[in-house]
Amino acid sequence: MPEYRSLERLAAEAEARQLSIGGLVLEDAVATGEGREPLLARMGEHLAVMRASVERGLTEAPPSHSGLVGREGRLMEQARRGRRTLSGEATAMAAARAMAVACVNAAMGKVVAAPTAGSCGVLPGALLTVAGDLGSSEAELVMALFTAAGIGQVIASQAFLAGAEGGCQAECGAAAAMAAAAVVELAGGSPTAAVNAAALVFKGCIGLVCDPVAGLVEVPCVKRNGLFAANALVAADMSLAGIQTVIPPDEVLQAVREVGRGLPASLRETAGGGLAATATARSLERVIFGSQRDGAPS
Amino acid sequence: MGVFDIIGPVMIGPSSSHTAGAVRLARLARSVLGADPVRARIGLHGSFARTYRGHGTDRALAGGLLGLDPDDERIVEALELARRSGLALEFAAVELADAHPNTAVIELTDAAGRTVTVTGSSVGAGRVMVTRIDDYLVQLTGAYHTLLVAHKDQPGMVSRVTGLLALADVNIAAMRVARRDRGAQALTLIETDQAVRQDVLDTIAELPQVNWALMVPPI
Repeated sequence: MPEYRSLERLAAEAEARQLSIGGLVLEDAVATGEGREPLLARMGEHLAVMRASVERGLTEAPPSHSGLVGREGRLMEQARRGRRTLSGEATAMAAARAMAVACVNAAMGKVVAAPTAGSCGVLPGALLTVAGDLGSSEAELVMALFTAAGIGQVIASQAFLAGAEGGCQAECGAAAAMAAAAVVELAGGSPTAAVNAAALVFKGCIGLVCDPVAGLVEVPCVKRNGLFAANALVAADMSLAGIQTVIPPDEVLQAVREVGRGLPASLRETAGGGLAATATARSLERVIFGSQRDGAPS
Repeated sequence: MGVFDIIGPVMIGPSSSHTAGAVRLARLARSVLGADPVRARIGLHGSFARTYRGHGTDRALAGGLLGLDPDDERIVEALELARRSGLALEFAAVELADAHPNTAVIELTDAAGRTVTVTGSSVGAGRVMVTRIDDYLVQLTGAYHTLLVAHKDQPGMVSRVTGLLALADVNIAAMRVARRDRGAQALTLIETDQAVRQDVLDTIAELPQVNWALMVPPI
């Protein structure tokens, strides 16, 4: 399977071959000998898991191990249904779904890491919401996941997909960049517009730190999933409106990498800084872990 | 990274490194034992030791030792499943020198009393690396079919084993020979594109210089 190293070349090659980015990623995977049908079927299974995790998060609102999160997706969805949102139907629904999935993850439920478990809500939240509004087919949704995968591969090769390496810009930020590109293509936008949307997401979150309270994938992760699903939709709209990034997408990604490398270890998933170092976070940490942190685990 | 490393894996949350990776690490340890473990003593180092309960790392390790996959929802209740299936589990914090922050030392015993100690780390995105099996320093990822052959450290051994694999049409992806800390024993680790058939494995195991041979399937 080829590894993509440039957002701009990915878009250019797709356009030269008159394919979407998703189509290009699929064709290239098929060309390496993996059958088309098995690839589509496997991605379809991942889509089904995403759907199930949205549903479970909204209906069950499963509490996490620590009890700090669980109801966020359902609360947002209730507000949306009651027409008590300011940000609009699609934005509120995407955020609700994204937080629902992130809550399922925090409660040890089944999710699709996309690209990571900590950011697993962003892509299903944004994608399923846009697909519902556009009436997209199952096949179109599966192709949009291939789009997201292609963008993720470039991010992995040129920057990183792990909070421990590059902060939250490399998790929720990456997920939102992937989601923005995916929904642009789902809406019929060009590959160039798709990578432009991905770049716009990163411009809005460059430098975002990974600062999980007590080291758990709960606070602020669940809310960030919601916020970044909304960001993905806005970035996609900006790109489809013709708003272009002045800094080219690959240079944006380079900047993300350099900023990530410059982050101190305390802000890269170690619970040493940021929100994790607040007085409330430290006190929660003592309550959650109790003797576990102070003495030998049993 | 492949398409399904980005959109995937399908897994039980909350953390690809502390949960999915822990399942895979324990599954590798179980494969190295080659039997159902009845007792597991697990030392947790670094971030594993500090956050294992909050991330369900203990349940994930128990699930992996029972042979569950990273996306099996029974992982949530794996500690209880282990108790019911007669697997005694002990967890303890350990301090290891120069170890990756997410490292576990897994000592397993089977019903016949055989014991193996597997040390490995969860290195990110659910990927794992076993770095030690008993006294042997290894690099076992579980990404491939992996043949482990413990043998006397003497000339010609590797070529005899690879010759048998060639005859069986098994293609070698990578190979490493690890010497034991002390003594004239070596461990050859061969990653292959195809599974090694049982009869070929038996032939390798019966070579006079071979102590044991083991096939670890990809996880």
